[in-house]
Amino acid sequence: MKTKTIKKKDIASFLDTLLTRYEVFAPVERDERVVFEAIGAGSEATLDYQNTTMPPKGILFPQTEQLFSYRSTKDTADIAVPSFKEKPQLIFGIRPCDARSFLLFDHAFDGDPYYINRRGNTLLVSIGCTHPQAPCFCTSVGGGPFSEEGSDLLLIETGDQYLIQIVTDRGAQLLEESGFKDAGKDALTLAQKMIKTAEASMGAGIEIDGLKEKLDSSFENPIWQELTEKCLGCGVCTYLCPTCHCFDMVDEAEGSTGERIRIWDSCQFPLFTLQASGVNPRPTVKERFRQRIMHKFSYMIESYNQIGCVGCGRCITECPVNLDIRQVVHTISKLEALS
Amino acid sequence: MPEVTKKIREIARSLLQEKKVDLVIGFEQGTLPLRATPCFVRGEKEVDRLVWDSFCENNLATYLIKRAERVAIIAKGCDVRTIVELIKENQISRDQVVIIGIPCQGMFDRRQVEAVLQGKEIQEVTEKDGQLILRGGSFKETLKRDTFLYPSCITCTHRNPVIYDLLVGDPVPELSTDPYQDVEEFEARSAEERWEYLIKEFTRCIRCYACRNACPLCYCQECFVDSSSPPWIGKTTDESDTAIFHLMRAFHVAGRCTECGACERACPVGVDIRKLNRKLARDVKERFGYESGVSLEQVTPLATFKPDDPEEFMVNP
Repeated sequence: MKTKTIKKKDIASFLDTLLTRYEVFAPVERDERVVFEAIGAGSEATLDYQNTTMPPKGILFPQTEQLFSYRSTKDTADIAVPSFKEKPQLIFGIRPCDARSFLLFDHAFDGDPYYINRRGNTLLVSIGCTHPQAPCFCTSVGGGPFSEEGSDLLLIETGDQYLIQIVTDRGAQLLEESGFKDAGKDALTLAQKMIKTAEASMGAGIEIDGLKEKLDSSFENPIWQELTEKCLGCGVCTYLCPTCHCFDMVDEAEGSTGERIRIWDSCQFPLFTLQASGVNPRPTVKERFRQRIMHKFSYMIESYNQIGCVGCGRCITECPVNLDIRQVVHTISKLEALS
Repeated sequence: MPEVTKKIREIARSLLQEKKVDLVIGFEQGTLPLRATPCFVRGEKEVDRLVWDSFCENNLATYLIKRAERVAIIAKGCDVRTIVELIKENQISRDQVVIIGIPCQGMFDRRQVEAVLQGKEIQEVTEKDGQLILRGGSFKETLKRDTFLYPSCITCTHRNPVIYDLLVGDPVPELSTDPYQDVEEFEARSAEERWEYLIKEFTRCIRCYACRNACPLCYCQECFVDSSSPPWIGKTTDESDTAIFHLMRAFHVAGRCTECGACERACPVGVDIRKLNRKLARDVKERFGYESGVSLEQVTPLATFKPDDPEEFMVNP
């Protein structure tokens, strides 16, 4: 695998070069928080952050997106589909867990022109996690603090420079004419050391082996009542989740004109499964929370042969009542089979 | 073990033993540093899970609604005010609940503490003499508790429970600062500046409804945002939709909101939700002399009327 190096102080000018060809999204500080935003200059980006509260999923799957607008007259209806942005875009400084999450999106949005166009037009330059945090458990779900899966380039912090791991051809093209030096032996050794240290600092995480079978056989287990008793039923876990991708569509009409909008939806909301008859097959937080766990650790494995969780830990950090997905999964995996 | 934790466990044990309650709702140790988490204790064996520390930030009153069991609840000053409102609004009955009141010195704002640590990982947290000592692999940080309290704790006017069945811990002095200083400053701004401020806050909203769901007084069977027919409000995150959500919610809790701050603590993106709520709370206090949740007897002003109510807002014909 080819590797290059870039000095930390040269990141801003590298971004400036990329900005001539790409719309660049990067972590920036806004009101004492770090968020992914389109930047106008390389100096706006900060790579000195843990992770953003909001995942960058909205860049490829906006929370609110117009699918089409219409204008009807007596005999005709004109439908206008928004044009796709032609300028290629790049997400710089995305964490490896979030970069991996788009591989799941690729399955979920298979055949969706809105997503596919944007996705094909987007490059991912990720930055490995030198200091994984307490809620992180990426290594339990097939990832790692320096996983390159889903990324085009991966940056690894080594002192005053980053080692750039070239993952894809598209990634390699980003570095053409950059003049960055090939990584020397010292840089490679140091990078290996950083990776080992970070991986060793990860917490116990969750046990995946046999979990799907346990979940499938525990659907009616009364433990779900106990596990979800404190759940408030809000949408924090789903909206902050980089892999949650459920959506709703609403029509906003005014007279003879209107638009169809796609918006994020959450399986934690009562409206999600409310049927026209008034029946709700998931009437309480128990059924809704169980759905979230089943979807990630059973249904997505069935559908895509992939775990539907990248272990970013956002749902753990931001859950208002500290309902910890790791604890839930642990309890389920330790259940004796119901006789 | 802190004295308050010990007493809470003793009380919980005896209440369950004597079958005075079926359930004790309190807090247990959370899974992350600086976190405690709601805990439901039904058997004596489980009693030792209960803890009390500076991270018991949730308003547990939200768990009392639509519960058939007899419940004992651990309640801070603000939580008790909420319980009072819920009793007055017939959502819970007084004799169904054993209130274990705790005089509260405010809860630590974990996000503020995390900002100071800048990603350094906490391994051990100890509390002593109004100080929080955080230890990690390569650092030790000592923080004064009073400088890291939640904004709602700084403006709190009832740290001591106004009603209770059992009180754990000694009463604490109430704060003497003007609780509405920030509201007065906000009022002094021009209408444009106020709107600009609120819109900037609402624009961050992601419509996750954590604020609504954490609020014990948001108990409508169907929230106006969840109605699809008719759709009272747009579902997008456009400025107008998020603003309407917050404005409507503020009106819905006007004269009822006990300023516990559960909404703001639950918000993952830091929207200043309390600004409007507190503005309305202050208006209600000034106009009707009513402070929510401090008395079981006083009639909720927006749920009643008098024939001679001033109606200066009416347009003269």
